[in-house]
Amino acid sequence: MPSNLTRRDVFLSSAAAALLAATPAAALTESGARQLVDQVVADIDRVISSGQSDAAILREFERLFVRYADVNIMAQYALGADGRSASSSQKRAFNDAFTSYIARKYGKQFRDFIGGRVEVQSARAIKAGYEINTLAYLRGDGPFEVTFHVSDRSGSRKFFNIYIEGVNLLLTERSEIGAMLDRRGGDLNAMIADLKSAG
Amino acid sequence: MSRTPKMKAFARPAMALSTVLALSACATTQDVATRSDGINDPYETQNRKVHAFNKGLDRNLVRPVSQAYGVVPVEIRNTVNNFSENLSMPRVAVNSLLQGDLRGTGLATLRFAMNTTIGLGGLFDAASELNIPEHDTDFGETLAVWGAGEGAYIELPVFGPSTQRDTVGLVVDFFTNPLTNNTNNKFDDDLQSVPPATATASVLNDREKFSDTIDSVLYESADSYAQSRSIHLQNRRFELGQDRARDTDPFATDPYEDPYAQ
Repeated sequence: MPSNLTRRDVFLSSAAAALLAATPAAALTESGARQLVDQVVADIDRVISSGQSDAAILREFERLFVRYADVNIMAQYALGADGRSASSSQKRAFNDAFTSYIARKYGKQFRDFIGGRVEVQSARAIKAGYEINTLAYLRGDGPFEVTFHVSDRSGSRKFFNIYIEGVNLLLTERSEIGAMLDRRGGDLNAMIADLKSAG
Repeated sequence: MSRTPKMKAFARPAMALSTVLALSACATTQDVATRSDGINDPYETQNRKVHAFNKGLDRNLVRPVSQAYGVVPVEIRNTVNNFSENLSMPRVAVNSLLQGDLRGTGLATLRFAMNTTIGLGGLFDAASELNIPEHDTDFGETLAVWGAGEGAYIELPVFGPSTQRDTVGLVVDFFTNPLTNNTNNKFDDDLQSVPPATATASVLNDREKFSDTIDSVLYESADSYAQSRSIHLQNRRFELGQDRARDTDPFATDPYEDPYAQ
């Protein structure tokens, strides 16, 4: 009952609201975006140092990619205009093939990251959410700038793009997928079959 | 131009500069991104031929030799890299000055002085041990700072992806290497082969170090020409700080707006 509200009640409910804000369902905040990047980095680090076989590590990467990235929107963007005419089963098949392709292609180089570290430097708001700038220190190399774009437009907090030294992953993969389609004369099914063994 | 008096201090590049300014003026007029993806590549047919040549060179020579070079102990490879890098410091100092970056000029000069003396002619990177920060720049960047346009995309034989502006820069920078063959060279003929040799060794070292990434672009991509062009331009524009305003550049990807948009 409103008349019975005490200071303590108000305090508790605002504390509860603060707790809710920290969960992915609430609007994305800068600290939430930073937190996501920290989690991604920590999980990648855990997988790399787990001492599993290469194949097992790549499988783990695929799981992490699905958990932390907005795979749907990334696949859609990579397919670009050709996706408009795709059937929903083609889209699903492409999504799946694209997910393991990305995990394979970028995960394959994980040895470069053994003994390295990633430090979050700064963050700024972008249209779809937040841009988190990090520096990756690899063994025996000057640091690389790695930037994550994080958004909650998918309904939960996920990253949807990565820039490595200014190279935009989505843009680069869109041109690669486009070239793969061209090679198959625009045959989406043939391209999806190729994608399963690419990367 | 307000920087003209400073340039007089550099008798050697001065003459080349006037030529280059004329050349870069040409580049500006052509600097129109002819495609929606921000890539200006009117010489694509010719570039693709050069790309095929470069790929053959890599497959048959550079890649296998780099793998052999990878067997050389890392200490020796680092020493060769240090030597080559030290020879690039005059270039960094001159270009920093031309860009109005006095701090960069000072640091590059200090690095060169220290590594040439207590670093035993550049074999050891004493300056880094003393935490003197290292940066890299070239005449292509100087031209960008002066406002010259990027020009068309060019894939150069042997040197690989470049632009018209960076190609002019590459030629000019040749004159700021203290050991290369130019009129002011005070070294004897034997030494003139040293810079190209150590520079080649550094390239081989990088080819080996980034082997997985380079192999994936050159040999696993559906269109290695388009991939290397895209990656080179994105990375170079990033280096030159020309993508800072991400809201206005074509790479400001927001797939949530319309993922199908080209």
